[in-house]
Amino acid sequence: MAEQSFLPHRHRRRGFLERLTGDLLAVMEHALLAERLATRPGLLQRFDPRVRLVAMLVLIGATVAAGQLAAVYGLLALAVVLAALSRIPVALLARGVWLGVLLFTGILALPALFLVPGEAVARLPVLGWPVSAQGLASAAFLVGRALAAASFAALLILSTPWPHLLKAMQVLGLPTVLVVILGMTYRYIFLLLNTAQGLFAGRQSRQVGRLPGRAQRRLVASGAGLLLSGSMRLADEVFLAMQSRGYRGRHHSLVDFRMARPDWAALAVLAAAVALALAY
Amino acid sequence: MHIPDGYLSPATCAVTFAAVLPFWYVALKKVDRQLNTRMVPLLAVFSAFSFVIMMFNLPLPGGTTGHAAGLAIAAIVLGPWAGMLAISIALLIQAVFFGDGGISTLAANCLNMGVIGVGVAYLVYRLVAGRAALASPRRVVAAALAGYVAINVAALATAIEFGVQPIWFSAPDGTPLYAPYPLAIAIPAMMIGHLGVAGLAEAAISAGLVAWLQRSDPALLRASAPGASEVTDAVEATPAPGWSGARRLWATLALLMVLTPAGLVATGVAWGEWGSADFADPGMREEIALASGGQMPPEQVPSGLDALASLWNSPIPDYEVPFLPGGAGYVLSAMLGTGLVILFWLAAAWLVGRTRGQQA
Repeated sequence: MAEQSFLPHRHRRRGFLERLTGDLLAVMEHALLAERLATRPGLLQRFDPRVRLVAMLVLIGATVAAGQLAAVYGLLALAVVLAALSRIPVALLARGVWLGVLLFTGILALPALFLVPGEAVARLPVLGWPVSAQGLASAAFLVGRALAAASFAALLILSTPWPHLLKAMQVLGLPTVLVVILGMTYRYIFLLLNTAQGLFAGRQSRQVGRLPGRAQRRLVASGAGLLLSGSMRLADEVFLAMQSRGYRGRHHSLVDFRMARPDWAALAVLAAAVALALAY
Repeated sequence: MHIPDGYLSPATCAVTFAAVLPFWYVALKKVDRQLNTRMVPLLAVFSAFSFVIMMFNLPLPGGTTGHAAGLAIAAIVLGPWAGMLAISIALLIQAVFFGDGGISTLAANCLNMGVIGVGVAYLVYRLVAGRAALASPRRVVAAALAGYVAINVAALATAIEFGVQPIWFSAPDGTPLYAPYPLAIAIPAMMIGHLGVAGLAEAAISAGLVAWLQRSDPALLRASAPGASEVTDAVEATPAPGWSGARRLWATLALLMVLTPAGLVATGVAWGEWGSADFADPGMREEIALASGGQMPPEQVPSGLDALASLWNSPIPDYEVPFLPGGAGYVLSAMLGTGLVILFWLAAAWLVGRTRGQQA
């Protein structure tokens, strides 16, 4: 089973090379879509990225910590409202996030209906297995939490360009050097994805018929090896380029954030909500 | 393997964060000291590579496919500390940007794959590869084992984190609030998939990559191979002056053979190594009972044991040669046994060499 992810797994493709290049393309498509949506005007986009990051982390924390099913699904509803107000299509959230969650967590939670001991509330037709109330509640908790938390995580990335998000991470005490590494990693991911995609697409275009399993494995390993060798050379070249431009291990960011009145208001609302949740 | 949000309680997330934090701190300090200004581009590019390699779907024997995690490769090419950081950075981007793994569970994922996975991969690789030459096939086997063991140990850690949730984090009416399956279900459910599919994918990609690097870019294998020479097997096979590795092995083998009569010092009967005649011998019956926690053996010889007992008669029963004193019989048996094993492997190596020669 594929893991839970925002990326679609297109299993309709038949050949392994088509699947591999398709998966690599899906990453790039997702990133492009996220960058395009993040520049649209909307409710979340209006706030300072630091406020957005803190708010989404608090909401994910609340989703994980909530002890009532109503609270978990209430938070999921809040994610839908926030998406609609931020001009992030709910259909995209459903297709890109919920479908993946339901296909992974939904299937994983299903046996809990029968395996968690407790008071039987129904029986499975034909097989007669008892469905316990506790099993039902635990599956609802797992799926609800996974749906709501993944929605908030998606909202964050669909409303905030990656460089802004990185800069905002410094608020959480992330060392500047890590922020710089993360920023560079993100950029080089696309370069390497592009190289890998080109490598396998080129091979695919020269391929007639199906490769035997062993040859497929050798192809993936040599592709990965080529990519690794290239990556290490690239790291050396980037280092030399950085040095030649005066890099001495100190990092600066060009983006400067300023907190405006709506940001403080949003923080106040968030703080009040957290205080209320803690009180009850 | 990537744990999504909602599967682990906030307390578990906090504990895993506290557990992984010192590793990140030490790794960052060590890598900064080793690489200094070179650290930023190296970690950035290698993390990007780790991310891309995690997207690779590897076809496995039997028609199934498995995703590689690249844990062993990170450990082999970068060493444990930089490897740990590179995998953690790739996991962070996967979680935040692509929803692979949760944000609240990021520390748990980094602990399982980044710290435990990379650490185990490095240990296994170093242990199995020893001081073998960079181009030695032993390094390919070591990489496969490192990948296989690392991914399975990481999966076991994940399964344990899942399995403790219903024990510690359930509502008063027994409703599990997070991952609902206890250890008895979580461990087999996780391990079957990883022992059978994901482990094989990781072993195949690790071995394949090391084999490729040996041919094309052996310098990249240097970080995890201190003391290894870059000579090929053909050069390595020429007898070296002094005590080579093979000579040491032969000497140890000879010493062990000479020491085999030491087993005679041990008293009592080895549990489960009983013959059918032992059931009728009162002295032996006492010893069997003593070795079995006071449980007396049955009066009659079990029919299955009786029927199969005469199927094969050993040429040297109980390692005793009639014309030699007891201790010498043990040594002779050890020599004979070892010789037979060596002969078997020589024959197997000859056969494999012949088959390869024909293929070439």
